[in-house]
Amino acid sequence: MDPLELVGAEPGSARSILFDGRAVAALPGQTLAAALWADGVVAWRVTRVGGRPRGAFCGIGQCFDCLATVNGRPNQRLCLVPAEDGDVVTTQEGHGHGELAV
Amino acid sequence: MVNSRSERVGYDLAVIGAGPAGLAAADAAAGLGLRVALVDAGSRLGGQYYRHPAPELGAARPDRLHHGWRTFEWLRERLAAAPLVDYLPGHHVWAAERGADGWTLQATRGPEGGDRVAVEARAVLLATGAYERQLPFPGWTLPGVVSAGGAQAMLKSGLVLPGRRIVVAGSGPLLLAAASSLTAAGARVPAIVEATGYLGYARGLPVLAGNPGKLAEGADHARRLLRHGVRLRLRSAVVEAHGSDRVTGVTVARLDARWKPVPGTERRIACDALAVGHGLVPQIDLAVELGADTVTTADGTAALRVDAQQRTTVPGLWAAGETCGVGGADLALAEGVLAAYSVAQRPAPAKELAARRRRRAFAALMAAAHAPGPDWTGWVTDDTDVCRCEEVPARAVREAVTELGAADARTVKLLTRAGMGWCQGRMCGPAVACLSGGPLGRPDSRPLSCPVPLAQLAEQDGSSELSE
Repeated sequence: MDPLELVGAEPGSARSILFDGRAVAALPGQTLAAALWADGVVAWRVTRVGGRPRGAFCGIGQCFDCLATVNGRPNQRLCLVPAEDGDVVTTQEGHGHGELAV
Repeated sequence: MVNSRSERVGYDLAVIGAGPAGLAAADAAAGLGLRVALVDAGSRLGGQYYRHPAPELGAARPDRLHHGWRTFEWLRERLAAAPLVDYLPGHHVWAAERGADGWTLQATRGPEGGDRVAVEARAVLLATGAYERQLPFPGWTLPGVVSAGGAQAMLKSGLVLPGRRIVVAGSGPLLLAAASSLTAAGARVPAIVEATGYLGYARGLPVLAGNPGKLAEGADHARRLLRHGVRLRLRSAVVEAHGSDRVTGVTVARLDARWKPVPGTERRIACDALAVGHGLVPQIDLAVELGADTVTTADGTAALRVDAQQRTTVPGLWAAGETCGVGGADLALAEGVLAAYSVAQRPAPAKELAARRRRRAFAALMAAAHAPGPDWTGWVTDDTDVCRCEEVPARAVREAVTELGAADARTVKLLTRAGMGWCQGRMCGPAVACLSGGPLGRPDSRPLSCPVPLAQLAEQDGSSELSE
């Protein structure tokens, strides 16, 4: 059993995103965080002080741990951003020098 | 229902939040002839409880991840056919202002300058739900350690799991629901680690008898979990998560009655993910900034004080559901309806009054049963980061208290930066309050309830004259 099977999902054909230069499949309707989890990736940020890896924690846009750079724009919460074909996601180092996305 | 971009319509009622309370309120209010704006930060109706996959994922049976899905479908259909309801998805309300004629809600739709929206209404209902309470432990910042609600949310909307072998830990009924969904979706759950002994519920037998639905829901989870061989470890906690770049296992220890780990009871469980949470915290920032009175719930959170008609102490501001104290979806549905009748100045329906009475009693029992014991901080080592955003270790918080004389969370924050980061203390607030020895259940103050681009703050009256 997997989640897709459980709910009888029949998604359209997968999109392709780039994560740190590597192609990752994303189903239509998934967020970038969901696409990365499905690929086994759980970290896409390195903290400012300790240089520690982080990824999605609260999953609903509250904790801001899942920040990464998307298409050159830093500080995007991947648990909120829908995956689009061709999105380029890069691990964010530190604060990313950008304004917080909403 | 109209998917609205209209901005300057005067509504009879603006409902903030499209979860159970907000949906029920919008439906009831429209039925009573009120013109309603249903304002929600999410992109789809349902809030966290009825969170579901995007249509593009083509889920034929989303109900398999839900309790009460038919109620949601029923409400969704009714709202779709309600001409008096404007649905405003993707609107993050960051402030509510009261003027002579009613309210103006300030919302942002996104990061681009000029995407600020003002919604005007005679009355406002706050149905913003709750977020999860976290109690830190060594290793809780490792990738693969996720909030129990977060694991649920990612599964319900994205149909994904954080790992294959997932320990579920913390306290509260959400743990059973989360473990139940995770196992149904194919994950192996080696253990549910619950800090209480469920004995607290025994003190409320009459309350339980009045809530057979809750018992049936619990029994349903228990049946599923038993079938999947999930072990329930009571009066225990995860006292450490292990791993370097992601979690590879956890140490579980027994707790005494005050939640102090009992030495010598540690046991290691291998896993590739941990879903953890300690109950829910009402999300009441907008009302707190308006000066609304709060009450402290039995589990130490701040909730809005409301009267029998769901009115807060701020005139024109109603609240329903988790904002009035965490109690679950059925309670939220009832309170949403009651709030709508009060806004419309109509007598309250008996069915919802009875449902609220029963469910509020259950909520109080649940809060008391799962209230964190005072000695949980015993598992927080000095090196544990308490504030995830600012990476503030417990040592700094303790030094602020013992050496610098801080006596409450606010002073600790000023001295250490704990709670000053991106999440504005939503993740570390309860923990910092405990570690600083200050009073619990005091509402946090957040003048802006979500991040707002400066360009939008600088705008006057919602016009977009400021250019980049």
